[in-house]
Amino acid sequence: MKRAAWFWGLHAEPPKWLKVVLTLLPFIILIAIYLIASHIRLLDNPDDKFLPSPTKMVESVYRMAFTEDQRTGKYLMLEDTIVSLKRLGTGLSLAAVFGLLLGLNMGLFPGMKALLLPFNIFLAIIPPLAVLPVLFIVFGVDELVKVVLVFIGTSFVIAISILRTAEKIPREQITKALTLGASQLGVVYRVALPQMMPVLINAVRLSMGAAWLFLIAAEAIASTDGLGYRIYLVRRFLAMDIIIPYVLWITFLGYAMDWILKKFVSRKYPWYQVAEV
Amino acid sequence: MVKDPKPYFLYLENVHKAYGDKMVLDDIDLAVSKGEFCTLVGPSGCGKSTLFRLILGQERPISGSIMVGGKPVGYPNPERGIVYQKYPLYPHLSVLDNVLLGPRFSTGIFERYSRRKEMRDEAMEYLKRVGLENHKDKYPHELSGGMQQRVAIVQALIMKPKILMMDEPFGALDPSTRENLQIFTLEIWEEFKMTVFFVTHDLEEAVFLGTRVLALSQYYSDGRGNNFGRGSKIVFDVALARRVNATAVKDLPEFRGLIQQIRQDAFDPVHFQHVTRFNLKHPDSFQTLTEEERKDL
Repeated sequence: MKRAAWFWGLHAEPPKWLKVVLTLLPFIILIAIYLIASHIRLLDNPDDKFLPSPTKMVESVYRMAFTEDQRTGKYLMLEDTIVSLKRLGTGLSLAAVFGLLLGLNMGLFPGMKALLLPFNIFLAIIPPLAVLPVLFIVFGVDELVKVVLVFIGTSFVIAISILRTAEKIPREQITKALTLGASQLGVVYRVALPQMMPVLINAVRLSMGAAWLFLIAAEAIASTDGLGYRIYLVRRFLAMDIIIPYVLWITFLGYAMDWILKKFVSRKYPWYQVAEV
Repeated sequence: MVKDPKPYFLYLENVHKAYGDKMVLDDIDLAVSKGEFCTLVGPSGCGKSTLFRLILGQERPISGSIMVGGKPVGYPNPERGIVYQKYPLYPHLSVLDNVLLGPRFSTGIFERYSRRKEMRDEAMEYLKRVGLENHKDKYPHELSGGMQQRVAIVQALIMKPKILMMDEPFGALDPSTRENLQIFTLEIWEEFKMTVFFVTHDLEEAVFLGTRVLALSQYYSDGRGNNFGRGSKIVFDVALARRVNATAVKDLPEFRGLIQQIRQDAFDPVHFQHVTRFNLKHPDSFQTLTEEERKDL
């Protein structure tokens, strides 16, 4: 029989080494294009700021991350990261707790679902950035409003994904828990809730992109620190040598958090078997 | 002729159940004594599982009365233990925790702590009984189907229910595992002296296990004409002598003959038996028929 194709077609079976190459390929192409384009522009004009050379970026990162800021005496990149992660973490954790409780109760109690689901969907559809001005008026322009924005942007979506899973808990499981002496709340919090935990973590993973979006938007508009603030600040000087490393850093942070949560789920909840997202 | 419900553990009279316009159960009358091993068979779609859910209290009938242990049926509670075919166990709990779930639910938080060793030992005793003590820390998905069902039975048994309700518990198992579990079920039934209500679509299983075999069917006729689109009735109800727990009886001619008879009375979609001629020889059996139904056309 003919060997399966390596790359083309439905039946392709790429060998391991090829998979590694294929994974790296788009990155290599992107970097190569950047380096070439940057080189050409810099030949033309050594002061060009639009596509800074890697050396320039390393210098800038060194200045931002490893030298004290003259004005504040702090390491700016570290400071920005801590501040942003604090906001993101607080907003997302609150959204997770809220979404879990709301989704779970809607998923199991038909009365709660009738009362809250349509309203929840209504709230989930309101574009959070459109009500940002209202949030600024209500919550001021300090830390709180950024956390609130991340919370609003993610909690209803998390609630709905918990609801959908809670609804799918087989009726038999619930009936059986009752025959084992569980109270109604026992069913919700001791049978259903533990089964929701990995689902919740995966919902948080999926919401992470939205959370970053809202965080950076809030920081760009009204803030004096944070990763989003820094990017929008240095944009005024067309400081691509800072913007590009910051974007890469944010991407790395997002990837790392996603990876940690993924590992946590597979370590902590071995019974939860779904296709790896 | 209505019976006095008092002496019976399970008593249904004139029970009707419909979903929308579709009548599923039409006038179910059933009285079951304590300690009986009742098996219920019937063609697919006859409403076996509906009847199961009614007795469990998971659904309500549109009319009629259901009494369990002398009281009108309520929502599911620890009086009735269940074993299902699907979802036998909680996927997020280890085998031991699955068995401990019942005792933990029914004790207060302090007692749960002070008696934890005792509870654990009891659960281990039960697991030993089914030969699964070495699998106590595994999750359900790491067990075979037969092992899962054994844990599920133990999980229900530890609550010492007055009646064990089983809905096609062995339907998805291979024949030899199935036979082992049938024998196991008979053993615990004898040991715990409880009432069992066992729904199955497998005639052989029903006749092998039951001390009383019930068949539910929509294929019958009454004074309203041949039955089309009406709900099922109990068309067959006989007592069986308890034999030795050996699967060899399955080859005896009486055994095969009985199966043939039930197959004809309940499963044959062209054989319509009149309501007044059902084989309801069991001493506890009774019917509440209307005059119209009694008419022989």
